[in-house]
Amino acid sequence: MSIEVKNLRFCYGARPVIGDVSFTAEKGELLAVLGPNGVGKSTLFRCLLGFLKPVSGEILVDGKELGAYSRRELAKKLAYIPQSHTPAFDHTVLDSVLMGMTAQLGVFEQPGQAQREKAMQMLRALGIEKLSSRGCMKISGGERQLMLLARALVQDASMLIMDEPTANLDYGNSCRVMERVKKLGQAGYTIIFSTHDPNQAFSYATKVLALKDGGVMAVGAPEAVLTEDVLSRLYGIPVARCEMETAFGRKTICMPVPGGTEGA
Amino acid sequence: MKKMHSTGIKFVILALLFALVFFGSFWVGRYDVSPLQTLRILADWLLRTLSRGRLALTQTWQVRAQAVVLNVRLPRVAAAALVGAALSTAGCAYQGMFRNPMVSPDLLGASTGAGFGAALALLLRLGYGAVTGLSFTFGLLAVLLAYLISRVSKIQMTLAMVLAGVMISSLFTSGTSFIKLVADPTDQLPAITYWLMGSLTATKARDVQFAAWPILAGLVPLWLLRWRVNLLTVSEAEARSMGVHTGRLRVVVVLCATLMTAGSVAVSGMIGWVGLVIPHFGRMIFGQDYRKLLPASSLLGAVFLMVVDDLARTVTTSEIPLGILTSFVGAPVFLYLILSGGTQREH
Repeated sequence: MSIEVKNLRFCYGARPVIGDVSFTAEKGELLAVLGPNGVGKSTLFRCLLGFLKPVSGEILVDGKELGAYSRRELAKKLAYIPQSHTPAFDHTVLDSVLMGMTAQLGVFEQPGQAQREKAMQMLRALGIEKLSSRGCMKISGGERQLMLLARALVQDASMLIMDEPTANLDYGNSCRVMERVKKLGQAGYTIIFSTHDPNQAFSYATKVLALKDGGVMAVGAPEAVLTEDVLSRLYGIPVARCEMETAFGRKTICMPVPGGTEGA
Repeated sequence: MKKMHSTGIKFVILALLFALVFFGSFWVGRYDVSPLQTLRILADWLLRTLSRGRLALTQTWQVRAQAVVLNVRLPRVAAAALVGAALSTAGCAYQGMFRNPMVSPDLLGASTGAGFGAALALLLRLGYGAVTGLSFTFGLLAVLLAYLISRVSKIQMTLAMVLAGVMISSLFTSGTSFIKLVADPTDQLPAITYWLMGSLTATKARDVQFAAWPILAGLVPLWLLRWRVNLLTVSEAEARSMGVHTGRLRVVVVLCATLMTAGSVAVSGMIGWVGLVIPHFGRMIFGQDYRKLLPASSLLGAVFLMVVDDLARTVTTSEIPLGILTSFVGAPVFLYLILSGGTQREH
């Protein structure tokens, strides 16, 4: 499972949002997309999911042009995990997960025993099977993110697109969710996620795509690409980066240093 | 699995309730026919219809009783069940599609359009059949207009549809008011006013036959597609990423709901609140899953309207129009839902 983006450009009307973006994500890769607010991360994702038609450029999913897939076929390749999940009605966790299997059913078909078992199995694997009959709006944000992950996984897609998966989560929950995501990458899923925390790129990503002013500022392995200079210019603030000795080995971290001067 | 079990029991109870109210409604009314006679008359009718007149029961009842049961009460009870089920199912589907629990099936102008068509037919003295026909046609036309406007508009589709629906509704309401203004106040105006209040008093077998087709044509596809209606209640992006053609599905839902609403209003006049309130009861009893909610709403709507129609025939000496009664029942219930927060999540 791979995705290849070549010279992608997208405009809202006359306003260019993405200008000339190219990158690839292979099987087992965790690609972190970084960039300031409004740089077009969500727009890029909407292009990758086929919701928006790029002005020019190509998106190849497993070597085949994205537009050549039907909705149903594409759902079997790509699963999407939104930043927030706000359904109009409070469906149960189990029903929410069952929705992920819709592309595997006929138009008039309904999920049955087999689908229910598969959904429960996934909830068990993620440790939230006790929540199956609870309303999806009555569980915590971290639990809801895991539920969305379960929904994406039962979709049987081998590529996950996650729009700021930890945006609404606390410190502990974002770590727990990202650990799950990392394991999925090791299990062979191709994962593209956006984040506002460069430390997540250091901790979990195998590859990073830094977007600035609609174009690619840097792409490559996080340690190599996310230098102090790149991070400072990316966010327009001075950023310091260092290595830290922990009980689990050397870790790279970064932090903003307000008051410091750039490159000093 | 215990949960599945309890859903099954709830549906059995609901089906029994439906059967009870359906047959019970036959012996509500001024002319007294005993329950046993009623059942015999109905069985005889069913037998004769199915065997094309070759089989029949021995007649132990009066001809008058047979006329009352078959020509007056059967069409009326059947119409109440059909219209109740149609309005409630249409409302339930719309609430999912517009992602809003406060939506009713006349949102896009189906009812006001149908009301205008009926008023027009009464004004032009086109005869009884034309009232139903024009009413149905204008109901469809109103929604078609709202839909076309939303297609042309650049704003987001569902929002555009709602706005266009409000505009079209208001236009047809004004049209109806204008017709009332120019109508003959001695006979036409009362006829129009009474029609608009909604009633099943004069329902004949051919009305039921007329309404049954569009109602079933809307009901059956919605029942078949009910799992997918669930996916319209999550965000557009999520539904599409899960392989659903949201645009196509929306068109089908609007078409089905419109056929049902216009078909209902054409025979019963304007009956409010059923499509708004009944799905809420469905949500309270059966939860939010459309696999259960949609059939439950259909059955609950049918039961509700049959009961209200029984009240309409018996509470006072002269009949109370249904539309008034459903409002009397619906408005307080709706108020209760608003005050209690209903089944909606907390904000």
